[in-house]
This record gives sequence, C-alpha cells and structure tokens, in this order.
Amino acid sequence: MDFLVSYPLLIVGGYMSSIGAGEIKKRVRIYVIVFVALLALTLVTVTISYLHLGIAAAVIVALLIAATKGSLVASYFMHLISEKKVLYLALIVTAVFLLALVFLPLTAYYDRIGN
Amino acid sequence: MQIPYTVTTRPETGLFNAKLGIWLFLASEVMLFGALFSSYILLRTGAPHWPHGREILNVPLATLNTIILIASSVTMVMSWASLAMKRFDRFRLFMSLTILLGLAFLVIKGFEYGTKFEHGLFPSQSTFLAVYFTLTGLHGLHVIGGIIVNSYHLGLGSKMWKTEPERFANRIEVAGLYWHFVDLVWIFLFPTLYLL
Amino acid sequence: MEQAVTPEDAVHVVGHEESLSFWRKYVFSLDHKVIGIQYLFTSLLFLLFGFTLMMIMRWQLAYPMQPIPLIGGLLGQTNAPEGIMAPEFYNQLGAMHGTIMVFLGIVPLAVGAFGNFILPLQIGAPDMAFPKLNMMSYWSYFLGGVTMLSSFFVPGGAANSGWTSYPPLSDIATFGQTMWLLGMVFLITSSLLGSVNFIVTTMQLRARGMTFMRLPFFVWAEFVTSFLLLLAFPPLEAAAVMQLMDRLGGTSFFLPTGLVVTGQPLSVSGGGSPLLWQHLFWFLAHPEVYVLILPAMGIVAEIIANNTRKPLWGYRSMVYAAIFLGFMSFLVWAHHMFMTGMGTVISTFFQTTTMIISIPSVIILTALLISLWGGSIRFPTPMLFALAFLPMFGIGGLTGLPLGLAPTDIHLHDTYYVIGHFHYVVAPGTILALFGGIYYWFPKVTGRKMNDVLGKIHFWGTLICMNLIFMPMFIEGLAGVSRRLYDGGAQYAHAQGVLHWNVVMSMAAWTLSLFQIPFIINFFVSIKKGKKVPENPWEATTLEWAAPSPPPHGNFLKLPDVYRGPYEYSVPGYEKDFTPQNEPQKV
Repeated sequence: MDFLVSYPLLIVGGYMSSIGAGEIKKRVRIYVIVFVALLALTLVTVTISYLHLGIAAAVIVALLIAATKGSLVASYFMHLISEKKVLYLALIVTAVFLLALVFLPLTAYYDRIGN
Repeated sequence: MQIPYTVTTRPETGLFNAKLGIWLFLASEVMLFGALFSSYILLRTGAPHWPHGREILNVPLATLNTIILIASSVTMVMSWASLAMKRFDRFRLFMSLTILLGLAFLVIKGFEYGTKFEHGLFPSQSTFLAVYFTLTGLHGLHVIGGIIVNSYHLGLGSKMWKTEPERFANRIEVAGLYWHFVDLVWIFLFPTLYLL
Repeated sequence: MEQAVTPEDAVHVVGHEESLSFWRKYVFSLDHKVIGIQYLFTSLLFLLFGFTLMMIMRWQLAYPMQPIPLIGGLLGQTNAPEGIMAPEFYNQLGAMHGTIMVFLGIVPLAVGAFGNFILPLQIGAPDMAFPKLNMMSYWSYFLGGVTMLSSFFVPGGAANSGWTSYPPLSDIATFGQTMWLLGMVFLITSSLLGSVNFIVTTMQLRARGMTFMRLPFFVWAEFVTSFLLLLAFPPLEAAAVMQLMDRLGGTSFFLPTGLVVTGQPLSVSGGGSPLLWQHLFWFLAHPEVYVLILPAMGIVAEIIANNTRKPLWGYRSMVYAAIFLGFMSFLVWAHHMFMTGMGTVISTFFQTTTMIISIPSVIILTALLISLWGGSIRFPTPMLFALAFLPMFGIGGLTGLPLGLAPTDIHLHDTYYVIGHFHYVVAPGTILALFGGIYYWFPKVTGRKMNDVLGKIHFWGTLICMNLIFMPMFIEGLAGVSRRLYDGGAQYAHAQGVLHWNVVMSMAAWTLSLFQIPFIINFFVSIKKGKKVPENPWEATTLEWAAPSPPPHGNFLKLPDVYRGPYEYSVPGYEKDFTPQNEPQKV
C-alpha cells in the first residue's frame, strides 16, 4: 500500500504541523503491525480457553491478554502514546475508581459466616 | 464571537476542544461498562453455579465478530490518516469499509440473538443470560450509534471537507476515538462472556 | 501563554443575536447565559414543587389520619380518601420529594444555573466550549423533569420506593417506578453533557494569564464537581438499565432466589442481588452529595472574600482540599450500607475512608472561617447567607460523624437523625448559599440590585425556620423514630415521648414557605424596578464584574488578559481596596 503524499501543502496553525507526510507513513506502518498483533492475540486467547485452566488462572490470563490488546488499541489507534500526559491523568483516575467499584464490593465475601 | 481552540490545539494541553471532550465522554463510558462488568463479577461470585461461556454461546462466531471489529478499527484510523494525507477518495473508501464491517458485526450479533430466542434462551431465563444480553445489547447500541455518526460523516457531513478541511479531519479523529473505544469494550467483553 | 484566537482558526458557532428569531434567542438559545437562566427558573420551580410535596407530608406527620385542609379534596380518592392521606400516597410524596429536590432542584440550580452563567465569565471566555451540547443538556433536563412529574398521573401513581429505589421493592413496584428510571436516564444524559462541557471549558478556554491557581475558588468547585458527575453517574445509569430489564424484561439482576411476595413465590430466575443495586446507587449518590455542597462552598468563598475586603485565607489549601475531597468521595459510598449485613471487613474499610474524607471538608470550612479574621466585614444580604452557611454546614458535617462510624450507625441508621443530618447540609447549608449567590449575582444578570430590606427578612425567617424544622429531627432520631413512616411514628411506643416535635417541625415548615414570599416578590419586582447599579456594584475582583451588566453575547467586548490572582483586596500601595484580575501590574 502506497500512501505517498502528492501534495506538499500542509495547513498551518497548530493542527497537523506536527504531523508531516513521513510521519503519516510511519503511523500507517504501525497501524498494520498493531492489527496483526491484535489478530494474533485474539487467536491466542481463544486457543487458551480450550486448555481448561482453573478459573483463577483462566481469568488472569484472559484479562492480561485483553489488557494488552486494549493498550495497543488505546496507544496506537487512539494515539494516546503521542498525547500530552495531562490526558493520562483523567484516565488513570477513572481506572482507580473503576477498580474500586469492581473490587470493593467483593470484600463483602471475606466475611461469610459458615461459608 | 468565536470560540477558541475548536480547530487548533491549546499549547498547554496539546488538544483541541472536541478531542478533550470525547476522551472525557469515553472516561464516563468506561465507568458505564465497568459498572456492568462489576455487576457481572459480583453476581457470578455469589452464584452457586455459573455456566462456562462456551456451553451456551457460539465461540467461533464471536471470534469472527472480534476480528471484524478489530478490522473496522484499522479501517477507521486509516480513514483519518487518509484525510491527513489529503486523500479524500481513500477516506471515503476506508470509512465505507468501517461502516460495512460495523454492519457485519451487527448482522452476526443479530443472528446470535435470533438463535438464542429460537431455543427459548431469553434474558429472564438466568442471570448468565441476563448479563450476556444486557452487556452485548448495550454494546450493540453503541455500535449502532457509531455507524450512524460515521454514515453522517461519509455522507452529508463530508461537505465540510471542501470548506473547513482541518475541522472535518478533527471530527473524523473524534469519531474514530469513539469507534476504537467501542472496539476496546468488545475486546474485554468477548473473553469475559465467551471464554470464561 | 500565547492564545491564538485568530479568525481563521476559531469557529463562529453562535449566530448573530440581532437576526435570530424569538425561539432561537430565548428558547433554543446557544448562549450560556440564556441557558443558565433557563436552568435557574426551571430549578427554582422544581424546588418550590418539591417543597410543596413536603408541606403536604408534614400535615400527615403532625396530625396523622386527619383530613388535609384546603387541598385534601383535590388530591383524589386514591391518594387521599375522605381527604386523609393514604400510606401509598405518602410514599410517593416521600420518594418524589427527595428525587425532585436533589436531581431536579439543587444540582440543576447549583451547577446548571450558577455554573453555566458564571463560569465562562469568571475564566474570561466568550461562552462554553460546546454551546449546542449546552442547549441539549438543558432540554434533556427538562424532558427528565416532565417525565418525573407526569408519573404522578399514571395508574399507581409516582415512584414510591424512596429516592433510593431499593430492590426488591422497586423491582415489583407500580408503573411510576419505570417512569422514574426513564426520567433518570434523561437527567443523567443532561448531566453528562454538562460535565464534559464544564471540564473542557475550564481547561481550554481560560483567558490569557488565567492560570489554574488564579482561578476563583467557585470555578475550582464547579470543575471538581463536574468530574464527580462525569464519573459517578454512569454506574447509576447501568443500574437503571438493569432495573428496567428486571421490570420490563423479566430478568433477576436484583431479585434473589426464593423471593416470596404476598405469599406467592415470584416466578423469576432468581440469582440476583439486591445489594448490587445499593452498591451501584450509592456509588453515584455519595459523590452526588459532594456535587450538592461544592458549588455552595464556591459561592460562599466568593461572597466572603468580597465582603471582608481581603484575600481568602488558605486558597491553595482549599483548592487541594477540594480536589482531595472529590477523589475521596468515590471511595466512601458503602457507609450508607453498614446495616445491610455486608460484613465487618468491608464496613471497616468504608468507615476508615469516611473518617478521612471529613478532613478536607474541615479544611475548607476552617479556611473560610479564618478568612473572616481581620477583615473589614460588610453585611449586605449575600454576606448574611454566606456567613450563616458556615455554622449550618458545621452542624451538618459534625452530625455525620456518628453515621460514618459503623457502631454508632447501628442505632441511628434509617432514623430521623439521618434526615436531620443531610438536611442540615443541604437546606440551611447549600440552599442558603444558593440564595446568597442569587442576591450576589443578580446585579450582573439584570443590571439592578435586589432590595436589601426584603432580603434580610427573607434571610432571618429562612434561617430560623430551617433550624426549627431540622434540629428536632436529631432528637427524634436519637429516640429511635424511623424515617419513612407514613404516620410519623404515631404507632410506636418508643416514639410517644418525642412525637410533639412533629407539630413544631410542621409549623416551622409552613412558616418557612411564608418567608419565601418576600424573596419571590423581591426577585420579580427587582428585575424591572430594582435600583440600577454599575457593572461592579460590589467592588469585586473577579472577571465577571469586568463585563457589562448583563453581559452581551460573547461576554466581553475584548477578551480580558489576566495579571493577578482572584482575591486581590486591600493590596498595599493601591488606592482602591480591590484590584480586578484584569488590571495590569503597576510599572
């Protein structure tokens, strides 16, 4: 796939001035690599599910693979890796609250009498 | 009266307004789907018996759907990159592909739902099915929303490319962020519901 | 920080005011000021309506099973047979009073009205970042409100499972509950759009020189509040979807196995968890109470700085405390669930975080108190409200402590003590601050001042009546009187000794309504006949006072440059005792 830019013009004023033609070509190459990686990880996660691991192991492996795939999508397709750190702050805070919502109610199960 | 930073980026943040806006919206969506995930975990932990995903759901079909959605994410980002390279024709190609792949996802999902209903497997049957239908249903609604927005940008909305190309490219980037997020949710949904 | 606001790179999204039709100018306006005023009138009407519901309830509480005078016949035979309130109707009134006051009244007023009108002005911006989203946010709120109100007229009446809508009761309740859930979806949508707008506006549209640490505390308060709304509401939306699935789709998200209703086992799959709803609901509802208080603290801070003629004491600490408060607010929710049997491990965690969260609240309150020290204090009506907020919020906050500690909560949970606690924070707390804000910013919105004598009558009457209503609740609660009893505890032996307080509280509530009349008259008459004032009648330093009154479309004839912090009052070496933020430094 050839994506050479035929127009030399770029819009001035902050937008795209940081993204030149060569940069786009590099990014497109990365998109393709990430796509292949995502496909591979999908096949891996499906295959592993047929291995009949114990539930704890299965959950951890599945979530780790999903998290890896998710990070690839977020970092490269969503350009998070080239954004300023201030954006990460909002997302990290969100992640903390999400983990609280997921894990804190589970602590109620620590208290089961006569489980 | 003009609102600053709708097209150019504010130096401190490195963002134009809509990009920050969509990321914040996505943070709220993380909490929305996260709450449903949390509900699933709580209900499953407390359940005396919980079926394995593959006992009830069609894993090969869902794997195909996963690949379809990931591919649509690639075509989406390519449609934005095409605009960055001023290739409006490529943008139309990739955006059309994105929409088609999204529709294919929905068709397969509809087929999945249909077979479930045929066998009397409704959300009211069990908490597993309730969780499955609610999570995938809400995700499906988000896919529909994305398809509608993308179709607008491919159709009527694309007129903006002639008058305000940077603003249009920004819109595609923002639509892309939303679409990738929908893909991201499925990346977690798929193993959780089907493979565990 | 260079700001590139050149015609080519900014977008002209708002129409020319002169050429817009009536509908585009006043009804479907994109101007944050018009939208703010729409929120103001709608929310004040809802507050009045929610208050009216309570005044009707208070008759039943003071004189249980007595026919309601004047309106008893108008309520219909189902709601009030022979004019006597039916228990089912009492439950509807109770659930809707809470829902309306919190979601349709206070938050739209504190955030939608004050935030929308004032925030862009205080940061030196021409409007919000997304004017169209802003408009959609208001109309979504309006639709949610209409949905909620119309639920009174469906078979079975309005929602009646408490504003907290706990299952299994809410799962099997009458149709009004479904409307409550749909109404909440509209309101959550409105809130979401609004919070994105506020955060982006604050981060992206600050004027040149307006760094974060030069922001007025009111802006910080609204900024943190917006994050709370953004991240805390979605789990309630998820829960609402699940409850709708339970009610309409026959699922059992919240229905446990083996549930029996009036002697019959429910034919559902079971396997659900009523506690799951409570986790998701309180995950929102706890940050929600900080949504209720933060804007109020912001308003009080502005009024106090202005009327002491000195900077706020500990501005930096207040900002960090507000941020920490917002963060911690997400980690305390299950202190509303100590009595569910969820266990001591989880209770210990939440008790600890709850104690920790009291610290930033105290820091903010203390800083505001110390700000008074050594000031040249003036006492116009806004300042009276702001000053009263301080001890009232103090009482509200302190009475929360035995509730946040699990052992003492055993005695106090679900009693009138709780009602007294949270009303102190919201009613003589937030509402007093909001009134103060209305008196304070009225001149900016209209170019005229409200009458000070009527203001003082309104203030003293409101303050005294509110204390007479809510203080006895602590007495009743400590005596063990439960909340949500449709006869106010008349049937319980342990309540008999304190029941006379019900009459006191009801009288005070009805008197409170009378004291709102001077406010309503003052408000409307002053719009046309109030004393005309120049653009900065309070001699304040923040940017909104640099705009004309009322500000035109676009707010500032030229976007201001900011040279100094928000509270430069009585700065040595300056002639006036206040130096506006946009006044350049002396050379």
